[in-house]
Amino acid sequence: MTTLFGFPTQALFGQLLLGLINGSFYALLSLGLAIIFGLLNIINFAHGALYMAGAFVAWILLNHLGLGYWWSLLLAPVAVALFGVLIERTLLSRLYKLDHLYGLLLTFGLALIIQGMFRLQFGVSGLPYAVPAELAGGTRLPFMYLPTYRGWVVVASLAVCLTTWLLIEKTKLGAYLRAATENPALVQTFGVNVPLLLTVTYAFGVGLAALAGVLAAPIYTVSPMMGADIIIVVFAVVVIGGMGSIMGSIVTGFGLGLVEGLTKVFYPQGSTTVIFVIMAIVLLTKPAGLFGRSS
Amino acid sequence: MSVTAEPAVMTETAETQGSGPDAPIRPESRDAKRFHRYVMFAIAVALVLLPFGLYPIFVMKVLCFALFGLAFNLLLGYGGLLSFGHAAFFGVAGYVSAHAAKVWGLNPEFAILGGVAAAAALGLCIGALAIRRQGIYFAMITLALAQMVYFFSLQAKFTGGEDGIQGVPRGRLFGVIDLQDDRVLYVLVAVIFMAGLLMIYRIIHSPFGQVLKAIRDNEPRAVSLGYRVNRYKLAVFVLSAALAGLAGGTKAIVFQLASLTDVHWSMSGEVILITLVGGMGAIFGPIAGAFVIVAMESYLAPFGAWVTIIQGAVFVVCVLLFRDGVVGVLSRLLKRPL
Repeated sequence: MTTLFGFPTQALFGQLLLGLINGSFYALLSLGLAIIFGLLNIINFAHGALYMAGAFVAWILLNHLGLGYWWSLLLAPVAVALFGVLIERTLLSRLYKLDHLYGLLLTFGLALIIQGMFRLQFGVSGLPYAVPAELAGGTRLPFMYLPTYRGWVVVASLAVCLTTWLLIEKTKLGAYLRAATENPALVQTFGVNVPLLLTVTYAFGVGLAALAGVLAAPIYTVSPMMGADIIIVVFAVVVIGGMGSIMGSIVTGFGLGLVEGLTKVFYPQGSTTVIFVIMAIVLLTKPAGLFGRSS
Repeated sequence: MSVTAEPAVMTETAETQGSGPDAPIRPESRDAKRFHRYVMFAIAVALVLLPFGLYPIFVMKVLCFALFGLAFNLLLGYGGLLSFGHAAFFGVAGYVSAHAAKVWGLNPEFAILGGVAAAAALGLCIGALAIRRQGIYFAMITLALAQMVYFFSLQAKFTGGEDGIQGVPRGRLFGVIDLQDDRVLYVLVAVIFMAGLLMIYRIIHSPFGQVLKAIRDNEPRAVSLGYRVNRYKLAVFVLSAALAGLAGGTKAIVFQLASLTDVHWSMSGEVILITLVGGMGAIFGPIAGAFVIVAMESYLAPFGAWVTIIQGAVFVVCVLLFRDGVVGVLSRLLKRPL
């Protein structure tokens, strides 16, 4: 068996891949959080719960309607986005004139409700979701074995992240969005329907979370608590990256996933806390975050 | 900051303005102070009478959570800082007190003080990091650092991991008074609670407290007046952490248990809920909030997942419709600050 720095390469690259996969989820989730925060000024605590909801929608579609993975990849984000529209229209829109902290508290409450509902219905133990047949199996690379599905998750989320970046940076809709982030009142006077933009943005952000949930379903078991822990890590990711830049969220997400994977190889006990330690270091040296604009 | 004065557009001010709950600023008239003295007296009388009507363990639990809420509200209501990680101080103090009482065999008063010291030290570390950002980032940072403390508690040896520290002896107060009897222990808990309440009241009404309120309402102005804002923020953070530790340590002695539940993020959510229901920025708010929430949880305990759902619903309803909380509403009805 070949080794690198005294560690078997198989384990090293395996953990790196797993880190990259976690990083994909961090990137997708922090991207959604950043877009929502940019426009709505609300930190969406329910993001983790909606990521979990995305995974559950996929499970329900498969087990109750017989719709497979590819349908879920399309339908689950749409379903969760529609739910997002409902949340934004009925609840969040009442808070825009208040302190941001109320948004955090309200979405925290929503997260508890959503998690509780799924726990009531499905119990706490995880439900398995099989890897789709098209993506089963794997390839033997010179240095490691690459399961096809894991490769797919990294490629797919990278593609989604980059598409979102292009959408925001290069299209007219994205230009409206960026303008409304800077100055909603002015954008509204130019005739852009800002309330609609807010709704669409929230729906898009939580849709991304649901997509991450579907991608995660075959890797982790689908369980009501799967969103609770990841959201706190994603908050740390957001603090490290700063929410000022879209590309910053993507890079930080993937980067921290990799760091976490490496820590699992070299110092397994520290793997759960390494991102928080990095956050502390970043706060000490660059409080606005790596890509943040200091105010 | 007041609700009505905030413009909808806050992209620029999001980071620069110290944001806090909408506690109205009222002049501290002599009348109000006298009224508060009556309220304090009423609370003291209630503390004497309550164990005759209610199960002492239940009242002690309420008092521990009320003190926890009071400590949290000192930070949120008067410092304008929303910590989403207060479970760390509550839980770690519980672990240290339990460990000190069980393994080192210390008297309960020293065990609890050890917990307070640990919570204060942890508060110094977490606070120093968290006050580097404001508003929503502050909340996220405290949450993340508290999660780190949770993972530490899960892995460290002395916390007992998943089992926690069980069978903590209540011991003898000052080496003399046996606390095994619930009624004797109740007196101790009531005294600790009252001391905590008086201390927080004193802090809020001290010159230090006035500066805190100034920072909460307009941080840039406080800076321009020459106050070292960050020192004040850190000081109130440490005080709040230490008092949360007092509550956590006491709870560990009362229930003879320190467990992961107390360091988990859901406990941080619970203390926010207690403060929200009682009324943010109302001095006596968390006491009412603790009664409501602890009673609700004891009542709903057999229904499992429903507890979380209802807690979440209470959050949503309070934020949308009931932002002043029970005591806030009462204060408006009586036209006196509470």
